[in-house]
Amino acid sequence: MPTLREFLNRLLFFRRGAHFDREMHDEVQFHIEERAAELEDRGVSKDEALRRARAEFGSVQLAREDSREVWQFQWLEHLLMDLRVGLRMLWRSPGFSALAILCLTLGIGANAAVFSWVEGILFRPYPAVVHQERLMALSGISRGETGITLLSWPDYLDLQRNSTLFDAFFVSKITGTTLSIGERAERTIGSIVSANYFDAVGVHPILGRGFLAGEDAGSSAHPVTVISYQLWQGRFKGDPQIIGKTQRLNGVTHTIVGVAPQGFYGTFVGWAMQFWVPASMEEIFESGGYKLEDRNARWIESYARLKPGVTAVQAQQEISALAGRLEHDYPVTNRGRSVRLWPLWETPFNNAGTLLPTLGIMLAVVLCVLLIACANVGNLLLVRSLARRHEMSVRAALGAGRARLLKQLLTEGLLLSLLGACGGLLVAHWCRHALVLLFPARGGVSMYLPGDIDWRVLGVTSVVSLLATLLLGVVPAIQTSKLNLATALRTEMGGVVGGHGKSWMRSSLVVVQVSLSFVLLVGTGLLIKSLEKIRNTNPGFATHRVLLTAVDLVSAGYSAQQAKTFQDELLERVTALPGVESAAFARMAPLDFGSYSSSPIAVDTYNVLPEEQPTVEYNEVGPGYLATLGIPLVSGREFTRADNESAALVAIVNETMAAQFWKGKNPIGERVQVKGRWLTVVGVAKDCKYQSMRELPMPFFYVPRRQNFTIGGGLNIRTPLAPQELASALGREIHSLDGNLALYEVITLQEQLDRSTASQKAAVTLLGVLGGLALLLAAIGLYGVMSYAVSQSARELGLRMALGARASDLLRLVISRGLALTLGGVALGAAAALGLTRLLVNYLYGVSPRDPQAFGFAFVVMLAATLAACFLPAWRATRTDPMRALRDE
Amino acid sequence: MLKNETQLLPGTLFLLILKSLARGPLHGYAIAKRIKNASGDGLEIEDGSLYPALNRLLVKGWVHAEWGTSENNRRARFYRLTAEGRKQLHAEARDFEKLVKSIQLVMRTV
Repeated sequence: MPTLREFLNRLLFFRRGAHFDREMHDEVQFHIEERAAELEDRGVSKDEALRRARAEFGSVQLAREDSREVWQFQWLEHLLMDLRVGLRMLWRSPGFSALAILCLTLGIGANAAVFSWVEGILFRPYPAVVHQERLMALSGISRGETGITLLSWPDYLDLQRNSTLFDAFFVSKITGTTLSIGERAERTIGSIVSANYFDAVGVHPILGRGFLAGEDAGSSAHPVTVISYQLWQGRFKGDPQIIGKTQRLNGVTHTIVGVAPQGFYGTFVGWAMQFWVPASMEEIFESGGYKLEDRNARWIESYARLKPGVTAVQAQQEISALAGRLEHDYPVTNRGRSVRLWPLWETPFNNAGTLLPTLGIMLAVVLCVLLIACANVGNLLLVRSLARRHEMSVRAALGAGRARLLKQLLTEGLLLSLLGACGGLLVAHWCRHALVLLFPARGGVSMYLPGDIDWRVLGVTSVVSLLATLLLGVVPAIQTSKLNLATALRTEMGGVVGGHGKSWMRSSLVVVQVSLSFVLLVGTGLLIKSLEKIRNTNPGFATHRVLLTAVDLVSAGYSAQQAKTFQDELLERVTALPGVESAAFARMAPLDFGSYSSSPIAVDTYNVLPEEQPTVEYNEVGPGYLATLGIPLVSGREFTRADNESAALVAIVNETMAAQFWKGKNPIGERVQVKGRWLTVVGVAKDCKYQSMRELPMPFFYVPRRQNFTIGGGLNIRTPLAPQELASALGREIHSLDGNLALYEVITLQEQLDRSTASQKAAVTLLGVLGGLALLLAAIGLYGVMSYAVSQSARELGLRMALGARASDLLRLVISRGLALTLGGVALGAAAALGLTRLLVNYLYGVSPRDPQAFGFAFVVMLAATLAACFLPAWRATRTDPMRALRDE
Repeated sequence: MLKNETQLLPGTLFLLILKSLARGPLHGYAIAKRIKNASGDGLEIEDGSLYPALNRLLVKGWVHAEWGTSENNRRARFYRLTAEGRKQLHAEARDFEKLVKSIQLVMRTV
């Protein structure tokens, strides 16, 4: 039995390999001379003694070869030989090889691409950040509630100060500002961070510095910023003197103190950060004023890095204990609250949490595709192994051990999957940044969803390929193990198209392929139908003839009074433009990013239960907003210009709110308390979709902008004009009012709706592409099996023809055999799909996971693919020349 | 492997080499000679198979080789038993004796 010692000795041999020949030569020389000397002593002449000694020894060369071989790794030699033979086999049948490698390339490539996304988005989402494997996200949780909250700055500081199991804590809260680049205003995304940020993530600015300790304290005390490499190159043209220059961010002049290195995109899954400001500047970027001393203001997104060797469980215990102490010390603000650590891939406040289930499903799907690809190649190998039966039998007859033959087959499988893996990695490399293509840019900014092909992705891909090898090697191996020398050396008799027996394994592989692709087709069908449902859902507002745009007055540093004047003037000019029917400002556009204002409300006639605290969301809208968006008014009136600061406070509620709080009574003239002020209801509007097309009807109300003024807000315009037709006129009007201002992109409300369903569309696209791939592979598999069956049963077909079968009979015979396989696969696949489609339930809208239409769709597509795959072999069957087929026998 | 009239059981060559080294280091030629003499010329190891066998013992770590000078002051490669080799020798010798005894028993009784 080979031991480790033996292995090491062999390895050492390689180090003194050069000596070996010389030593061996010396040793043999000594042996021969010693023998010669002995013979000489017995009286043989010197020359004769030497000759005899040499003859006795035999071949020196052979002794040396044999001795050398003792040291070598025999399996290595055999492997090299198998590889040589394998390569020759692949080379000899290029059609087979190309098809097999193509199948594997697609299968392994799809896997590697999804692995690279999982790695780049979930496991190592932050390029250039050190020790991401120990990084965890922090959020607040409330007992008895499922959602999460963010943390308050004082709570965060206490956790950081009192914990012992962490290397570092840092804050990174996403925010944005508007930077005008030429004629266009563009949304620019950045982070509000703690002063230790750049040290904590281990990134050092290439110019200037990071933030200094203490720069994250005080109210707007440190207007400094570090900009990204991209921003430096793009907006500042790579100015080497950039440090110390200033840039207005949200209306406040910030000094640029540093430039981050290329390849650092901050710490937010989904977007590349362009600038960083210290937490002391939060009130400039966040609503709600100065919050650094407010334990009740929960706004920060933060991370903590575990010390090496600390487990997530230990860390959570410490954090929970610290949160418990905070709860005890500050009962007013912290009662019922705790803090939770999340692995990066579950980070609740960025896109990781939302992409996790999607990528999970993707992994399952690409695994299916790989299985289908493997089944295909397995089938090809099987067909070939039958053709090679003769060769194998001869080799076995010549004394090759079964293990040796198996090794040869496995090596060939390995070769195939190795080539497939190389191709697959190439495919993955091309697709690694493809995910972002599925998500439309918003405000001119594309999402940042990079794939990453690192050693871990390579590792997992290799494991997958090795598993594929085993799968591939096993198929012909089973065939070989049943090798019976006596019968196999005789040539195989032609098979029977309609027959069973030997072809069962090929057939079952096809059935498995069909069933797997059927499952994927059902999933695709469900998602398509669901997307259709979403598209056909009435959003409650007009999607045509309404345009959305915005002017960022916050970034331009407007005061509330200036903003009111500007917006009034702009509104007047816009409504005067030809083609514009009406226009209105509103703080939020429907289905937009961001959140509506919300407030606990009270209503005279509605008795609140003790533990109930009804909170309702609302939007601050200008006069004529409902008419502009095409939201019908059920009763009462719209806001007018008269609903201003000096008028009585009013509100318009939606139907759901009216029904919930006034129980069918007409709410007009009733009072509702919002943020401590009493408002009179003057109108009831129809329900519409507010944040997502998939939301259920919810209570909602509107208040006049003038009575609840915020500077920010978008402009909604009712017009039959296309966005680009209006954009330049709008831009001119804005420029003439203030030369420093620029317009955001102008989009239709339909475009806004489409963007809000992007993740559904992405799911449909991904599953559609992979489902199509699976279908193609399965069809190739079916085609291969049917072609082979036809080619093997030429004699039977010829006989049938000779006995009077017509072409149509043969056509029917072959196609019905293909259909039988498909039906078997569909039955199996339908059973599997009934269980599996539940996984999609979060992506479905108004469609049951067992929707019969989706199953029907999958069935029809599968049937069509079957007919297409069987047609060529069937047609070939009808071209059988009976004379030749019978003569060949 | 062995030039002899009596067929040897497989693996016996290792045992013979190990045994011949039991009393001290020897070079290859001396090993062959000792086996030949000790067996009363009954066993003669073919020179061509001696060295592959020695190398196999080296791989297994049962013997150790070093260059030294022979009785007539010539440079020769000497093989010496390692501790492991000695253990192996005892084990194999025991097994061999048991085997021989068993065979003898069979030969006498059956």
